[in-house]
Amino acid sequence: MKERKITCIMCPKGCNISVTFAEDGSAADISGNSCPRGHEYAWNEVHHPVRTLTSTVRTASGRMVAVKSSVPVPKELLFDVMACINTVRPEEPVKFGDIVINNVCGTDADIVVTSE
Amino acid sequence: MSEARNVGILIIGGGPAGLSAAVSAYEAGARDILILEREETLGGILKQCIHSGFGLHRFGEELTGPEYAHRYIQKVLEYKIPYLLNTMVTGLAADKTVTAVNSEDGIFEIKAKAVILAMGCRERSRGALNIPGTRPAGIYTAGTAQKYVNLMGYMPGKEVVILGSGDIGLIMARRMTLEGAKVKLCCDILPVPGGLPRNIEQCLNDFGIPLRLSCTVSEIHGRDRITGVTLVSVDENRKPIPGSEEYVSCDTLLLSCGLIPENELSRGAGIEIDPKTSGPVTDENLQTSIEGVFACGNVHHVHGLVDDVSIQADIAGKAAAQYVGA
Ligand SMILES: Cc1cc2nc3c(=O)[nH]c(=O)nc-3n(C[C@H](O)[C@H](O)[C@H](O)COP(=O)(O)OP(=O)(O)OC[C@H]3O[C@@H](n4cnc5c(N)ncnc54)[C@H](O)[C@@H]3O)c2cc1C
Ligand code: SF4
Repeated sequence: MKERKITCIMCPKGCNISVTFAEDGSAADISGNSCPRGHEYAWNEVHHPVRTLTSTVRTASGRMVAVKSSVPVPKELLFDVMACINTVRPEEPVKFGDIVINNVCGTDADIVVTSE
Repeated sequence: MSEARNVGILIIGGGPAGLSAAVSAYEAGARDILILEREETLGGILKQCIHSGFGLHRFGEELTGPEYAHRYIQKVLEYKIPYLLNTMVTGLAADKTVTAVNSEDGIFEIKAKAVILAMGCRERSRGALNIPGTRPAGIYTAGTAQKYVNLMGYMPGKEVVILGSGDIGLIMARRMTLEGAKVKLCCDILPVPGGLPRNIEQCLNDFGIPLRLSCTVSEIHGRDRITGVTLVSVDENRKPIPGSEEYVSCDTLLLSCGLIPENELSRGAGIEIDPKTSGPVTDENLQTSIEGVFACGNVHHVHGLVDDVSIQADIAGKAAAQYVGA
């Protein structure tokens, strides 16, 4: 049996979750989480870690707006998604909730404006 | 100066505390409300906190700072609560006369029945830290760097050392890494990190950024621009351990050493300040030592979570509405 300790990042509580693996390497048991979000996080963490990415985009008129990925993206693609985000210069008006990139880097996540 | 105008509830600061207080005062029946905000938009510090981690308690979902602010700004607009932007409050008198200044009206006075203090906090700066060495450019508080990167789109440097493991510094370690900077390490004089475990995990560990505890900056190098720092390990009494010095090159040093409530106005009015929190002493309704003056949010004490700021501000807004007889 192998064990992996994970700090849950899904809320400020930061539970210490432990994942034990069966002989064949599949995750057998997840414990230490205080809620189902932690279970899901730990599951993802040992299979394919994902992160919500937040950044900024400069609009064509030079204004800075905040953006995020609509769903978490694979952790190993964070820098690819950043590179993609840093090439767009959307035309104004850019409003809260607008999508500036669809399906960024083939991840199924959209890049959405989160500021006014 | 024109004759003082009268307002029922005057709110100083349009951050999450001021916005929540305005909304709850309105919902408790108050109508004569005015928010004064020195910046050009509402939202306070949340505008630059573009990361997610807000609102889990309040809204049951994880929002970014600007999204959290957006919810309250929408309410303020829906209720048509008046606000003045680019308007700096420069004085508060014990009789609840507020002096403010903006480019349109110049200096003006407002006489309020109730005042809600919601000015937030500011960061401890280098002066408070007392590091020997030169005074070159390239040293910023983490919050200032956050403002540059997120609101102005300007990267303060390429090779970064972070002093202090508070959440703002951790958040900026990730942010600057994602924007292409090399964050060399984060150090803290204390043996335990200041920031949340989740931020150690997702801001440092995710990117392989080392965290050095019981370690501080003992010297700053560079003439015009910072070129490096000397790190030193400290013992349990925070005394430098001789021989543990290590030089680390960098062009940027971020200070993430905590926040202090912004209470110059409160002091000016003679409001009693609690030396422990650096915020006003208040009763259960968040009324300060001056009747009709309430305080909430980070001006009251530094809150870790904006959700708690909103909860506190709700109480202050309601109490102020009751006080003015709404
Ligand atoms: C970098 C950083 C990261 C954070 N991360 C998180 C997180 O992940 N999750 C979380 O829940 N919380 C987080 N917080 C905490 C949260 O953002 C704060 O607790 C919250 O913003 C405090 O709200 P406030 O309204 O009291 O203060 P502020 O947001 O600071 O608002 C105060 C407002 O008052 C205005 N003002 C001040 N003085 C005057 C004056 N004299 N005249 C007119 N206007 C004035 C200011 O311009 C400002 O708009 C973070 C905070 C920071 C700084
Ligand atoms: S397991 Fe649940 S309670 Fe614990 S940190 Fe994760 S989300 Fe928060």
